[in-house]
This record gives sequence, structure tokens and C-alpha cells, in this order.
Amino acid sequence: MPMDESVRKAVLGAVPSLRAFAISLCGNVDRADDLVQETMLRALANIDSFQPGTNMSAWLFTILRNHFRSEYRKRRREVEDGEGHYADTLKSQPEQHGHVEFREFREALTQLPADQREALILVGASGFSYEEAAHICECAVGTIKSRVNRARTRLAEILSIDNAGEFGPDEQTRAVLAGGGE
Amino acid sequence: METAATRNRKDNAKPAKLGREVQARLGQQLRAMYDDVVNQGVPDRFAELLNRLDGNGKDKH
Repeated sequence: MPMDESVRKAVLGAVPSLRAFAISLCGNVDRADDLVQETMLRALANIDSFQPGTNMSAWLFTILRNHFRSEYRKRRREVEDGEGHYADTLKSQPEQHGHVEFREFREALTQLPADQREALILVGASGFSYEEAAHICECAVGTIKSRVNRARTRLAEILSIDNAGEFGPDEQTRAVLAGGGE
Repeated sequence: METAATRNRKDNAKPAKLGREVQARLGQQLRAMYDDVVNQGVPDRFAELLNRLDGNGKDKH
């Protein structure tokens, strides 16, 4: 179907952040791109249900998130250890997840419960307000706030960031350690 | 001690509050990781997909 130019622009414009969100959720670039493609197809098939004047980006994120959730449930039934398998996928294919420097952070993210992970990403990286994130995740604003707080606390524990602001060994030290270690 | 017990209950109910600096560092890392993907822009497959969808309904000569 011929597409309204403004719709086309908005959908295309949302692709980069939809991908970033999808990769953060599923930890795999190929699967994330499939999620984004499916999101676009669903959005355009249901474009009549989009209310003009509301946030197109939030609407697309909602579709992607719902699709991911139903896919995830399906896969969880297929693969015995859902989260564990996901974490292994990440570890075995670091080159698939963009730059190596974010690997440690991504791995830490995988250790969070899915609810907390998505809340943290929506608010902390995608730039949605607590209200918008609550809308996308279909829960109360207070729930989003507490998920974000718990996610931050847990991440800080995993990454061993203390109040002095240390991030463990810095990049250079780590490189030296990795190079001379074995 | 009563105060310690009260404090313990509080700690169990709610995660310890993170310092501003820790929160800032986490936020920075999270955004850097996210923006790394955002900055990759729109891969060709998505623009092509839209073109295909767009072309479907158009009159062909």
C-alpha cells in the first residue's frame, strides 16, 4: 500500500533506536533485526490503530516489546534454560554485539530479570519518561520506578562499582592484564 | 537493638540507595552501549523493506 510520507519518515527514523532496544532485549543482532522488521510490518499493517498526534516512537516500542515477549515465551518453552541460554549466546558471539568494550556491560545486563532490564533501558537509554515507559510495559509508573532502581542497584553490584566511582580496573589495565596473563 | 532492627527491615524492603556518582556512571555506560547501535543508522534491509511495501500498492505502468 502507498504509505503516507510522514509515516514512512517516522517509522524509518525510529529504526536505529528500535534496533538498540531490541539488541538490549535479546542480545543478538540478527534476532534483533528480525524483531525490528516484524515490528515494522505489524505497525504498517495496523497503522489505522495509531492515533495521530501521539508518540509514534512509543507506539513502535510497544509493538516490539509485545512481539519480543510472545517470542520469548515461545522460545522459553522450546529451550530448557531460557535466561542461561541467552547468556551463553552472548558469551559465545561477542563480535555480534558491536564493540567489545560494551561486552562486560551487556553481560551484566543479561543477569537482570527481563522486567528490570527493559525498564532500565527505556528510561535510562531510550529517553522515555517513567510515564511513557509504564505505558509501553503496561504497568504502573511506580512499578517502573522500582524496577529501574532495582536494576541500577543490581548492575552496580555486578560491575562492582562502589561509591568512589570506580569501575574495577580501567580499560588500559584490563588490556595489559589480558595481554600478559596467559 | 531496636534501631538496628528497624534499619534491617528497611534494607530488606528497599535496595540501598546508590550514590549519584554511581548512578551517573551506570547511565553513561548504558547510553554509550545503546548509542553505539543507534549510531549505526538504518541498515539497508529496512529501507528496502519500506520501499517494497510502499511499491506494492502503487500503480505500475
